Amino acid sequence: MRPVAVEEIESLAIGAWILGTGGGGSPYLALLNMRQLYRQGVVCRLMDASELADDDLVAVVSNMGAPLVGQERLTDPKTMALAVTMMEEYLGRKFRAVMSLEIGGGNSIQPFMAAAMLDLPVIDGDCMGRAFPEAQMTSFAIHDLKMYPLTLADVRDNAVVVARAASWKWMERISRKACVEVGSIASTCKAPRTGKEIKEYAILGSTTKAIGIGRAVQAARRAHCDPIDAVLEVEAGIRIFSGKIHDIARRTTEGFLRGTATIEGLDAFRGHTFKLAFQNEFAVGWLDGLPRVMTPDLICVLDTVAGDAIGTETLRYGQRVTVIALPAPPILLTPKGIEHVGPRAFGYDLDFRSVFA
Amino acid sequence: MRRRIGIDVGGTNTDAVLLEEDVVAAGVKTPTTPDVTTGITRALAALVAQAPAARDAQAAMIGTTHFTNAVVQRRDLGRVAAVRIGLPSGASLPPFVDWPEDLAELVRAEVVMLEGGHEFDGRPLVPFDAKGMREAARRIRAAGIRSVAVAAVFSPLNASGEEEAAAILREECPEVAVTLSHRLGRIGLLERENAALLNACLIELARKTTRAFTLALRASGIAAPLYLTQNDGTVMLAEVAEEYPVYSFASGPTNSMRGAAFLGKRDEALVIDVGGTTTDIGSLRHGFPREANNVVEIGGVRTLFRMPDLLSLGLGGGTRVATAPALTIGPASVGYRLTEQALVFGGDVLTVTDVAVAAGLIDLGDRKRVASLPGKLVAEALARIRAMIEEGVDRMKTDAGDAPLIAVGGGSFLVPARLAGVSEVLNVPHQAVANAVGAAIAQVSGEVDQIFQDLTRDEAIARARRAAEDKAVAAGADRATLDVVEVEDLPLAYLPGNSLRTRVRVVGEIAR
Repeated sequence: MRPVAVEEIESLAIGAWILGTGGGGSPYLALLNMRQLYRQGVVCRLMDASELADDDLVAVVSNMGAPLVGQERLTDPKTMALAVTMMEEYLGRKFRAVMSLEIGGGNSIQPFMAAAMLDLPVIDGDCMGRAFPEAQMTSFAIHDLKMYPLTLADVRDNAVVVARAASWKWMERISRKACVEVGSIASTCKAPRTGKEIKEYAILGSTTKAIGIGRAVQAARRAHCDPIDAVLEVEAGIRIFSGKIHDIARRTTEGFLRGTATIEGLDAFRGHTFKLAFQNEFAVGWLDGLPRVMTPDLICVLDTVAGDAIGTETLRYGQRVTVIALPAPPILLTPKGIEHVGPRAFGYDLDFRSVFA
Repeated sequence: MRRRIGIDVGGTNTDAVLLEEDVVAAGVKTPTTPDVTTGITRALAALVAQAPAARDAQAAMIGTTHFTNAVVQRRDLGRVAAVRIGLPSGASLPPFVDWPEDLAELVRAEVVMLEGGHEFDGRPLVPFDAKGMREAARRIRAAGIRSVAVAAVFSPLNASGEEEAAAILREECPEVAVTLSHRLGRIGLLERENAALLNACLIELARKTTRAFTLALRASGIAAPLYLTQNDGTVMLAEVAEEYPVYSFASGPTNSMRGAAFLGKRDEALVIDVGGTTTDIGSLRHGFPREANNVVEIGGVRTLFRMPDLLSLGLGGGTRVATAPALTIGPASVGYRLTEQALVFGGDVLTVTDVAVAAGLIDLGDRKRVASLPGKLVAEALARIRAMIEEGVDRMKTDAGDAPLIAVGGGSFLVPARLAGVSEVLNVPHQAVANAVGAAIAQVSGEVDQIFQDLTRDEAIARARRAAEDKAVAAGADRATLDVVEVEDLPLAYLPGNSLRTRVRVVGEIAR
């Protein structure tokens, strides 16, 4: 267990936005909350999963809803903490620590907000290793762990416990319905996990990894070096394409933002075209019509100059971007993992082939 | 005959032009003065001397960086009470939360957070705390605060909370200036609230300044109504604009690009504006600069203002050329000291201007002083400049085909006549006063950015268009001339039903 400096949370915000692979929502408002809390004297602690006893309980938290609503109904540590204490009351047991559901995007910082209010440590890890659009796209679901109970808290005095669900899909449907009813933004505490489950099935070390990516970007900017090179170096990533957004098409289906972006090559990629398909996050990329990179490999789109991540909602005509691939956590690459989060899970009839293979 | 006066108040120069129909009849350049208005009065006097018909102009437009500079330099800012309506939501992130501390200290007089606001679908979040608002208004009056910014959750979709707050403020403290966030911004509470707070702290300065502008105009014998240019290349009547000083942020580069479009007679083109220190490259679509998508910081404050998407290069007439150890162009520049320090003006610094004179691109200063520059050095430097421009132009292009490039600014002689990826380089008359021309041709706009539910895409766009047209007319546009220049629709993930965020912008001529 070690204290986390506020500078590390700043780095986490940058790294997590890159690991968001286009989704997960911007970490900016969560970061502002953390700056406020640290100004008030809070210091969060990061805990290695190995420090958990097998029968400890860990709260897995996330903010659920539409990123756009989150830009108006600003995220608040109290609501996040409320979802956790509700779960404790429901279970009649106390949590030992909190952990992030997804390290990609704003949800990377949500456990720190809850931890600050509840004086609990944050586990270094998550259960996606990136961001994904659906509840069953986690390492816990891949391992067939129980998906209930779930608590959901609204900033008003509204709260919901989903006591049971027949499947991950049912859990997604029921909780989504409740979330929409309270204005499409809510804080959630997912099914509680034992220390043993965390140690065996979580994607461990991803918080440290996100901090490291952010730190590399910051160091490169300070040294006037290419921040994208810095990311590729710390994560052993691959530069897939560089160019200018030429066309962008979006549509909402079944509550997701789907679409495609076409990029015309610049510099070394001049004369080539890259097409990206997304469902909240980037799912598949084609170079000159041939599949080049696909989920669960992480497909990240960065501003070519500044190195900042660009979300699927903020992609726009004319932006100069670089597409990179980062390696996915090994659990996502197993046959069962590919079933949950491979290209077919997103509706693309493609056999998964990693760019790192 | 339709006559318009365009004035651009820049950091160094105040330019004025007279436009008769579509012809630039006169153009003058005078130094900007610390009090701004003296410079305007002098520019207008010079303009009237050149073209007495300027007195009969039907409209005068001023573009100014005065308000941006006030924020950046932290001067002449008023103290503001911030009213946020949206509790219990957002309690942990109060107004001014992401401001630089020095600026917040100057501006923050009082922070009030009240229950109220709306959901994304227009339902109330919780009932509006009118009683709390009334108590706050009395405190604001008692504290002698003269400007208030009000921001409510989802006010761009349902402004009733902000309107009710304004009504209470009018009753309790009628002399206070009130800025409502939904009049200024798009979705994104903090950024919209920041815009309202910046506006509120500038409002007294804006009223004072626009009134001084009007006096300067009248003192010059010009009776035309005064308009102020905004960052999107359109204008507002001065009496409306003085309530919205934040809209003038970054209007300078916009005016320069719009002026280039007019002078080059192109609506779809790239524009290169070569100044003394930097070169800005932008892209025109439908005669307006393409907007940057990024969050824009003004004096360290995060906002979502409409700003032109520009690529800035460290290349201008005053850019230094180093010859040892290797040939390098810039990025350092002698700036406004060009006329003292450049070789051709008797100085001892080799600048890009000296290279251009040696190559015969322009005749400036004493040509003999650069006669000894080696031909190889001149050729190599010009090749380097060409490469910088070609690279920049390519980065700003939005499609692969060759595009026309309009060259403006005092250093436009640096732009080669032929460039890779460019169909033609247009060197236009009056290019040195393109900013003022851009101000003179400005139109009036209206914009709406809203979420619509359970409407077809066409219905949502039609509804947004009607609302945008109403806004444009309120700002001084002639309804019959309104045109849609931008339509953007973004389906929203996770929202129920068929939710579509729709943004429509219309522009039209000034109503006579």
